[in-house]
Amino acid sequence: MKRSYLFKLLVLGLFLTVAATGCKKRVMGPTPIPGTAQKPASPGTAPRIDNVRPVSTPPDVGATQLPTDTATGGIPTSADLELIQGMIPDRERFKAETVYFDYDRAAVKASEKGRIETVANYFKQHSAEKLQIEGHCDERGTEEYNRALGERRALAIREYLVNLGVAADRVYTLSWGEDKPADQGHDETAWGKNRRGEFILLKPKAQ
Amino acid sequence: MKSKLVITLSLLTGITLALSVARLPAAEEQIEIEGTGGSKLIPISLEGFSGEAATVLKSDLEVAGFKFVTPDQAQFNVAGGNNPNVQGRLNDRITKASLLAMAYTGGSLRTQAHRLADDIVMAITRKKGIAQTKIAFKIDAGNTSEIYIADYDGYNRQAVTQDGSVVAAPTWAPGRLALYYTSYKLGNPDIYSQDLLTGTRKIVARYSGLNTSAAVSPDGKHVTLIMSKGGSPDVYVCDADGTNQKQLTKTREDESSPCWSPDGRTICFVSRIAGGRALCKISAGGGEIRRLRTGLVSNPSEPDWSPDGKTIIFTAQMGDFNICTVPAEGGDATLLVAGEDPSWAPNSRTVIFTKRAKNGKRFLSLLDVPTKHVKDIAQISGSASCSQPSWAK
Repeated sequence: MKRSYLFKLLVLGLFLTVAATGCKKRVMGPTPIPGTAQKPASPGTAPRIDNVRPVSTPPDVGATQLPTDTATGGIPTSADLELIQGMIPDRERFKAETVYFDYDRAAVKASEKGRIETVANYFKQHSAEKLQIEGHCDERGTEEYNRALGERRALAIREYLVNLGVAADRVYTLSWGEDKPADQGHDETAWGKNRRGEFILLKPKAQ
Repeated sequence: MKSKLVITLSLLTGITLALSVARLPAAEEQIEIEGTGGSKLIPISLEGFSGEAATVLKSDLEVAGFKFVTPDQAQFNVAGGNNPNVQGRLNDRITKASLLAMAYTGGSLRTQAHRLADDIVMAITRKKGIAQTKIAFKIDAGNTSEIYIADYDGYNRQAVTQDGSVVAAPTWAPGRLALYYTSYKLGNPDIYSQDLLTGTRKIVARYSGLNTSAAVSPDGKHVTLIMSKGGSPDVYVCDADGTNQKQLTKTREDESSPCWSPDGRTICFVSRIAGGRALCKISAGGGEIRRLRTGLVSNPSEPDWSPDGKTIIFTAQMGDFNICTVPAEGGDATLLVAGEDPSWAPNSRTVIFTKRAKNGKRFLSLLDVPTKHVKDIAQISGSASCSQPSWAK
């Protein structure tokens, strides 16, 4: 039985058909982030997902074989995400502009606005580059709650940038929740450093 | 009674070694057991077992709400052995009735002992045991994390992912050896589904921003999840493969951790109402967001709806993290024990959850809700943390 699965694995290549999309710009209200449209795909931009090793099951089991769906395409994915694949991330350029948040809050504090304005000014002068904002949380929240909170923080910074005139389709958000603390400590000093939004400059691929 | 002892190998138990069971000659007549299953630990005695079989039996029965006493103090006596195979007899000490007499072959001593534990639980409580069920969880090694599955007690651990990336929120597809989970493998938090028997995986949601917290509907046909592509983390429902998306919430707040009612009609999730975190419900087809009252317990997150539909268990954060339950229709929440991210077992009684040690390391623990009895699962050595458990149902 196991052998037949391995055989299937060999036969299977999992290439996703990916949607190529355009992006709507909108500044009022919550700003939809790039990659919301779902159009059929342009081949070549598809992310490839490798399959993984099956979990081992004892050989003499009475396990029922489940039907395995071998269809590979058809799942709409965001083409815009593929647009930044391969861009060269520069994590140092805006390191001094990291934005910090209050506990359990996603609002941009007045003290942090100058940093976002610095980033906005840069983007007004550099049109080929894009930006990824990474949202982070301290450990005082449950994991999935923090993953959502980290995204809200990144989106709050993004909204501020968009209101300053940076094109919405240049700014991506990514939440790490509490998975990537800047400080490994377990006190207020560490937590204050971990509630943050980091700017990652995305440079075009080398020509 | 006899029909209840016939083996039924479900899909999940089927991946353990097939056991064969012979009924030992003994039982003359059965009696009705009453008054068990309340909030008191049931006194039981165990004799004749040794080594791994004894350890497994003790552990399983402890988690199921039993406590071990001497034979003369016990309500139930278990006598048996494990040389070379597990066999056991269960008697009611008061009535002298024989409730169970079974011998097992095949599999390992471990699986045979789990099987006897489940049979004892069934004979006494008339409810299906959980000793042969599976869990999925995340192991965080620092810079990377991977999804694992294991027996419910943490043994027979197997890696599901080996990507060297960051993963989160594994959850089972009901009745199948398949998981949904979040992975940052492609540079973004995206949701994958994976058939565990083949290793085949597919992207379910990969959009700019956040895609996480998948939960599969009880019939396996739909998924609820959190995506931020609309400009804020919102609750969506889609088909099991990610198509036919419907956005259920459109708030500017961050929704998180949606879960299904067992009838598949309602989704419970976390949002923020009037500045405070709250448990909310919404029809799976869309509609008004309704707040679920939790009494004096505040800052709830990570709800999980019991398979019997009666109770929602969640994490409350009032200083520390605590596991709490609330009736599914809302009301006064009950604070149970310290911990977070609970997931119900199929018996609607046992729960697996995450604990944090002082040094920040996380590990899994089992809770018997009616008795509040807690049993930690052996920690992984070193600094690696286990968290985000999901109990296969």
